[in-house]
Amino acid sequence: MSTELRDEPEAVEVTPELEADAERAQARQGFLVALPALGYLILFFAVPLLIVFVYSFATRSSTGRTLLQDWNLDSYRRLWDPLVGEIALRSVVLAVLTTVICLLLSYPLAYYMATRPPKTRNLMMVLVLIPFWSNFLVRTYAWRVLLGSDGPISQLSQALGGEPIRILFTNTAVLIGLVYGFLPLMVIPVYAALERMDWSLVEAARDLYAPGWAAFRKVTFPLSMPGVIAGSVLVFIPTLGAYVTPALLGGARTTLLGDYIVSQFLAARNQPFGSALSVAVMVVMLIAVVIYFRRGGRTL
Amino acid sequence: MLKKAILMVSVLAVILSACGGDDGEASSAADCEVGATDGDLNFYNWSEYIDPELITAFEDEYGVSVIESFYESNEAMLSQIQGGVSYDLIVPSDYMVNIMISEELLVELNKDAIPNFANMDSDFTSQPYDDGANYSAAYQYGTTGLGVNTALVGEDFEASWALVFDPALTSEYPGGVSLLNDPRETMGAALMYLGYSLNDADADHLAEAVALIQDAKDNIAAFDSDQYDESLTAGEVAVAHGYSGNMIVSIGEADNPDDYVYVLPEEGATLWIDNMAIPTNAASVCTAHTFIDFLLDAENGATLTNWNYYGSPNAASQEFLDQEVIDFYADTASANTEVIEDQGDYEINYTDALAEAKS
Repeated sequence: MSTELRDEPEAVEVTPELEADAERAQARQGFLVALPALGYLILFFAVPLLIVFVYSFATRSSTGRTLLQDWNLDSYRRLWDPLVGEIALRSVVLAVLTTVICLLLSYPLAYYMATRPPKTRNLMMVLVLIPFWSNFLVRTYAWRVLLGSDGPISQLSQALGGEPIRILFTNTAVLIGLVYGFLPLMVIPVYAALERMDWSLVEAARDLYAPGWAAFRKVTFPLSMPGVIAGSVLVFIPTLGAYVTPALLGGARTTLLGDYIVSQFLAARNQPFGSALSVAVMVVMLIAVVIYFRRGGRTL
Repeated sequence: MLKKAILMVSVLAVILSACGGDDGEASSAADCEVGATDGDLNFYNWSEYIDPELITAFEDEYGVSVIESFYESNEAMLSQIQGGVSYDLIVPSDYMVNIMISEELLVELNKDAIPNFANMDSDFTSQPYDDGANYSAAYQYGTTGLGVNTALVGEDFEASWALVFDPALTSEYPGGVSLLNDPRETMGAALMYLGYSLNDADADHLAEAVALIQDAKDNIAAFDSDQYDESLTAGEVAVAHGYSGNMIVSIGEADNPDDYVYVLPEEGATLWIDNMAIPTNAASVCTAHTFIDFLLDAENGATLTNWNYYGSPNAASQEFLDQEVIDFYADTASANTEVIEDQGDYEINYTDALAEAKS
């Protein structure tokens, strides 16, 4: 091959080596483009996670300092304490309940939205997203007023001659707050799945004499599964570790995982145990999500 | 595979060395002149705890800037200091002073550079967490007690923890009661009601305290460390467990302040003292000494107290205090109070006890 510069690239016979070279160059380029995001994730996500992991094997000194020596599994052994199991179970039940309620409320809404003309769809999408325009904490404080004994619900009850009703500081209040907070996270993926669905498949089912319900069960719902799974994961994960809503609306009357982990760091100054709890939650969550996606039968 | 393992180990080593940061430097009293400054003051304090005008006055008088940062808990502050973040002045509470002294995180104060130290009430220089006040100078003090809505509870009640723990009483209160969501304070309150010390470290006694809270739980509306004062003055709860300063402010701002009263239970209550202290990695140690001296001045100390409504440890400030604050803390000296002491390895049990009590 000549080494002098040319304006026009010379036609080169494509050999497997050249192809491999080009692929490598492309991969290098792709890597460089992804580098800022990768660096950010490594620095602010992977490294802190690694620190949490390392700390979970450390020892708490009697003054509450984390001693990075005498590495041990004591913190993990404590995970089998009945108290931890009880708290974890309660958190899982709450998260499952929130996810199911969100799904039951979101699916019909998403279905309705997806079957509207495009203009209406977009408008409704904006309406669903409006709550995100204000801070979650502020909105949760608003619920305190709404559910309090002097709130509109209580006033309505009194106007109708009933007793004042206080929903604030109950499990119901926590559930209301969580469903309210995470509902859009379920609506959006379900809507996205339904919106891009090929509706002619439903028509085909109807043409083959499938009744409406059967067509939904055999065609629409399976096709919307990726959205349902994505939405469920998006709702379930943050609910499992919810901290603000149970504290503000539930009055922290029952200990949940988020509250328990925070108290290990801020009250007990027991970073090893707090870290072990966090690692355990992450591992369980990861396994659950992997199984869930596998059972969903497709990747997103 | 081996390469990967080596990489892993070296990454871990870097992380560990970054986290260690223990230089075991012996702390000796700083060499500072009265009124000397050696740079701007990086002040790490609780939020809403100092009159901004005091900051401005200090800046004008000494020609340095005060950079304020805020924390919400002793533990959050401790982790910052342990993480190596440099502050010149911090305000740890009693038990935290003790922890920080034993962790060698505090500079020994040079009293010669703080002539106003003489203004301090002697009660605040002989506390067990720093006997002789060698590392800390009291900033403000307060108590943890009960705010009572007398319109709901009645005028005729006994100042006792029974107001929150006795179901025979609390079931009669509309809205119930609220307790702090703080393991030491809340388990401590239960221990005191049972006749034990706030610092009791006996597992059987703690189990009794857990059972006490569980039995009372039907009428405990919330475990709340943030909005208890607002819940009280909004009529959401009838009795609230909380800190004196927040109570006095919220009661003062309520529509009908006469309906509320803050009491210290006869079985005993928490006395807490926040203290100014200088971390070993401070950059402007002399400015910090000068600032401590500035705040211990009689009039400046009174300005501080009249602004944040906590108790003043400054004996010379008393004549400049608002009558309202004096009245509010009049009972504190004679009340049965105790300071929370760190219980070392036993400390983690209070957290689990509260988690269990709430189950």
